[in-house]
Amino acid sequence: MEHAETAGNKIVFSVWFGLLGLTVLEVILAYRQLPLETMFSVLMVLSVIKAALIIAYFMHLRYEQPSLFVTLIPALVFILIMMTAIFADSSRLAHMRSLVQ
Amino acid sequence: MSSSSDGPLTAATAHGGHDIPSWGGGSLPYAVPSKKLGMWLFIVSDAITFSAVIFAYGYLRLAAAAWPRPFGTPSIANATVMTFVLLSSSVAMVLAVRASSLGKVSGAVGWLVATALGGVVFDILHIREWLGLIGEGVRPFHNPWGTPMFGAAFFTMTGLHMLHVTIGVVYLLVIAVGFGRRKFSAADVEVSGLYWHFVDLVWMFIFPLVYLLSAKTA
Repeated sequence: MEHAETAGNKIVFSVWFGLLGLTVLEVILAYRQLPLETMFSVLMVLSVIKAALIIAYFMHLRYEQPSLFVTLIPALVFILIMMTAIFADSSRLAHMRSLVQ
Repeated sequence: MSSSSDGPLTAATAHGGHDIPSWGGGSLPYAVPSKKLGMWLFIVSDAITFSAVIFAYGYLRLAAAAWPRPFGTPSIANATVMTFVLLSSSVAMVLAVRASSLGKVSGAVGWLVATALGGVVFDILHIREWLGLIGEGVRPFHNPWGTPMFGAAFFTMTGLHMLHVTIGVVYLLVIAVGFGRRKFSAADVEVSGLYWHFVDLVWMFIFPLVYLLSAKTA
């Protein structure tokens, strides 16, 4: 299993420090008085960056054939987007609760 | 496992003497061994399982009148340390994969055990958090703060993840012993690494969604 390219020490430790740094940033943000929606959006953007770093460098996907990435990732993203359809129903529930009270 | 990819294309030329134009994939379009492809496909399906649970939590939280924010500074500090432990264990896993591919058996076994140890520490810290919440009266369907489904959502999400960490610890130790006895190859170590990094990745979403968005702020 010779890989033509792999992440060297410098990259691995940079990614590690990057991930630790982003985690600290997230914790600091949690104590800011931000509206929940803003906080949620910012945290999710940071988490997607962390996930991408892990997939690309730790899970090595960056150094694999592009065909593997194309097979695995777009389908997953598509499914996640489709799943957001359920959230319309939770606002309906919240609305109905406000009518009862 | 020795690589058989020293030329998926040479077969074509050897066949009839005709030079078939190559498309770069040959008989191994992904250029990875089948075990590795299998693990990747499992990871994608497992990602959807976790997503379903996380989306269910989002559904409940959006629909709820008020969602509890019970995590004080000690809990957030605990979860932050857990995140650091898991991220660091992933680095140990990267070093295990590298040592194994270089044929350094004792190095690979050592890093695998270190990775598994990270998983054990993570589990211990998380169980401590669970016991704290249970002590405060949180149950799957009721808790002291209202919104009864808080406990169900919390225990399902974190419990499913803890189960993955625990299975990962066993998996890594089996691979460590097997690689030490030359029963498993470097490719097997790499495949176990994919699983471990995925467990780490899932926590990168559970930590902010469960803990940080429910931090008790003054």
